[in-house]
Amino acid sequence: MAGTAVRGRLSWQTATVAAVTRETASTVTLSLSVPDWPGHRAGQHVDIRLTAEDGYQAERAYSIASAPGEPLAITVERLDDGEVSPYLTEEARTGDQLEVRGPVGGYFVWQAESGGPLLLAAGGSGVVPLRAILRYRSRVGSSEPVRLLYSSRSWEDVIYSSELDFPADGVEVIYTLTRSQPRAWQGYARRVDAQMLTEVAWPAAEGPLAYVCGPTSFVESVATGLVGLGYPAGRVKTERFGATGQ
Amino acid sequence: MDDADAVLDDTALDDAALDGNAIAGLLASVFGADMTMAVGTCGSCGAVSVVAELAVYLTELGAVVRCRSCESVLMVFVSVREVVCVDLMGLASLS
Repeated sequence: MAGTAVRGRLSWQTATVAAVTRETASTVTLSLSVPDWPGHRAGQHVDIRLTAEDGYQAERAYSIASAPGEPLAITVERLDDGEVSPYLTEEARTGDQLEVRGPVGGYFVWQAESGGPLLLAAGGSGVVPLRAILRYRSRVGSSEPVRLLYSSRSWEDVIYSSELDFPADGVEVIYTLTRSQPRAWQGYARRVDAQMLTEVAWPAAEGPLAYVCGPTSFVESVATGLVGLGYPAGRVKTERFGATGQ
Repeated sequence: MDDADAVLDDTALDDAALDGNAIAGLLASVFGADMTMAVGTCGSCGAVSVVAELAVYLTELGAVVRCRSCESVLMVFVSVREVVCVDLMGLASLS
């Protein structure tokens, strides 16, 4: 197919930081006020663009943390070598302005009519779009059974822990803490593997739908494991965010 | 062009690889619609995949999209200010 040059169509809009909530030592949730926000679906993301005083621009995609119908919010993990996340996690204050483009992405999206049962698998900050799915499920009164398998380095790194401690009816949260565990921890304490998936994932015969989000190695491992358990590849939705985190 | 060359020369898909979700905004700005659900066919090996599942490498200049089966380069996007140059030469089809 031939190459071409096209002018941009999806436009950048100015967003104002409405609230800053620290989630963990390395993650922050920013509520963003965007005039004429068209609304979003659970699992979508936005692009954030920052412009330096010298005109240099950097942009990154961030999953939307809030449910459809809630104000736009993103949860950002600080990457020490990042161009965007250090500002968003350390510097951003209420009233600051930045540029957003979106919502974007139609693939990693769950809607009530998508069905289930749902298996959600998160590596580190991969929990962000899955949290949007959980909140959306509650808002629409869905009774679709959900299991969230959440892999985190330590208990201190668990994002949304106060919310996940009290899951909605029909939602089970299963943690695995890969690097350090609280004393007397009785949960999983290793990376997600085939045995863990066998114990946690809905049997393939129940026709589950899986959403897997996290670092690339995590996503590859979990998606391969689920296909090995008989999940059709088309029922395993994946979103990878590279080598960092988890 | 060092960044882009390095990515194009690196034939192994690795942990740095993102996927098509990461360029949903870029694709929507270029094509005027969500493309993550579009289906691409690799011009080299014939593998068929939704765009969301393709391997994506981001560079300062833009994005390189590779086939997960044979690792061929399928699409290259280079952004210069608000203009995006698009090369879809590696795709047999995109629909």
